[in-house]
Amino acid sequence: MKDYATTLARKPLPVGKLIIHLIFIALCAACVFPFLVIIGTSFQSENDIVRFGYSILPKNFTWDAYRVILHAPKTLLQSYFVTIATTVVGSIVGMWVTTTYAYAISRKDYRFRSFLAFFIFFTMLFHGGMVPSYILMVKWLGLKNTALALILPYLISGWFVMLMKGFLQTIPEAVIESAKIDGAGELRIFAQIVLPISKPALATLGLFFALQYWNDWWLTLLYVENDNLMKLQYLLIRVLKNMEYLNSAEAIEYGLVKPGMLVPSLSARMAMCILAAGPMLLVFPLFQKYFVQGLTVGSVKG
Amino acid sequence: MIRVIKKNAGLSMLALPGFLLIIVFNYVPLYGLLLPFKSYRYNLGIWNSPWVGFDNFGFLFNGDALYRVLRNTILYNMTFIVLGTTLSVIIALLLYELSRRFVRAYQTILFIPYFISWVVAGFAFRSLFDMEYGVINRFLVSLGEEPIMWYSDPKYWPYIIVIAAVWKGLGYSSVIYYAALMGIDSEYYDAAKIDGASKIRQAFSISVPMIKPIIIMLVILQIGSICYSDFGLFYNVTLNSSLLYSTTDVIDTFVYRSLIDLGDIGMASAAGFFQSIVGFCLVLVTNTVVKKINPENSLF
Repeated sequence: MKDYATTLARKPLPVGKLIIHLIFIALCAACVFPFLVIIGTSFQSENDIVRFGYSILPKNFTWDAYRVILHAPKTLLQSYFVTIATTVVGSIVGMWVTTTYAYAISRKDYRFRSFLAFFIFFTMLFHGGMVPSYILMVKWLGLKNTALALILPYLISGWFVMLMKGFLQTIPEAVIESAKIDGAGELRIFAQIVLPISKPALATLGLFFALQYWNDWWLTLLYVENDNLMKLQYLLIRVLKNMEYLNSAEAIEYGLVKPGMLVPSLSARMAMCILAAGPMLLVFPLFQKYFVQGLTVGSVKG
Repeated sequence: MIRVIKKNAGLSMLALPGFLLIIVFNYVPLYGLLLPFKSYRYNLGIWNSPWVGFDNFGFLFNGDALYRVLRNTILYNMTFIVLGTTLSVIIALLLYELSRRFVRAYQTILFIPYFISWVVAGFAFRSLFDMEYGVINRFLVSLGEEPIMWYSDPKYWPYIIVIAAVWKGLGYSSVIYYAALMGIDSEYYDAAKIDGASKIRQAFSISVPMIKPIIIMLVILQIGSICYSDFGLFYNVTLNSSLLYSTTDVIDTFVYRSLIDLGDIGMASAAGFFQSIVGFCLVLVTNTVVKKINPENSLF
């Protein structure tokens, strides 16, 4: 609040401020413009796209693209299911292992603190690379074409642990000391005292995890060949790569379209994109303030 | 001894699941650093495959692909570090001049590209650059110009790639610097104002020096990954078009192709080894240099 007051008190020149606003309005326009084109095009008729190209304002508004995709939504629904399931499971488990680990290394009285802190920090500087990880996942753990392959590799990462540790360090030691004197065990202190006061940080971490799992396509690309385990983003890659995807035999095979149907493929691709990205675009900006809060605390060096 | 164990057992139990995951997914793969020195056979495993010395690194020293890939990777990353950092600091400084209400609104919108995947970003760029229906080409045609064959002409891609990277990451990185700015004690500014310092003077004499530690920390980490690229950017935004490889192929896309399309484990792992070692050495060197100049700013 103090900062807010000082920001108000320091009055810059109105002209200067106006220029700053204009810069930001231009930047914001650049950020949303491509998405508006995608949305606009998804409501355009196929003829209009061919005549006028992609555009924000459809000349003749139509739901055809969505109708086509939702006509036989088996593949799409399956992808939604895989994406939601891996996002939920991955985020919950990931938050648990990240927070517990970060909590341990945030406690100044913990004996193995510096060892464990270095143990995770080192992974940020040095790693085996793609090939050994691939061999580990496929050959040693035998996880090819399994749901676990879409979850395990992202459960713990240096960045998230450091972010969380930065926050947990700000909890006053006295709070934990007094709980100890009352005879609470570590697990109990963690679950009943630390977690409840860490809600903003947990929200941020949860968002990071959800974002990572929702947007992931890399793990599908590497480890999954089974179409029943395809994540939304990977489905989109196939749609994007292949202009004619929706008219192809493959699409018919997957039940995306019925044979003999005239398909608005250009707009359908955009509609598909919106169906896959939509939940993220709608939900996440609402949580953006937690994001900023969490980053604010976590980015302090220490 | 027993007291030490007893005293730390609770926290150790809490840290255990994370610890095990780190071992399996971060440390076990380090064993694979032997791979580039082996001729890997699936049936023999890493340890029993025959040693071949530096044979797999041969491609590092001959072949134009590597020169191209290395040049692209390093030039792009240097551009991202310099341009990305400068722009995000500028954006953060500008945000700092605005009231909270506007900051929140602008940040939310600047964050939108960050929330979507590179795949969707690929759609977004395709909607602009599509050769037949894209907004840009239609606009050019309406001006009576020739449409540009974006996806088959590599010369435009250095710009498009840099724009895409900045576009997607600006919201996030500027928030980090904005957060650091918010942490500065306002007394510095009050004092500067009494001395009659202008806004720009204040930015250069107070704001930037105060957030320097976090800028340096992030730059060191970025330097450490100068041989790595955001695979999603180079794979999705370019639609993995082979016509564009001369300016869009980077080590990661190259390794991916050698591994998945050619199954060349030796070459792919040698490239990965190279990335790790070079990155690690660069972090050590940069950190040492920073430590020499100002120990406060070093990473470790």
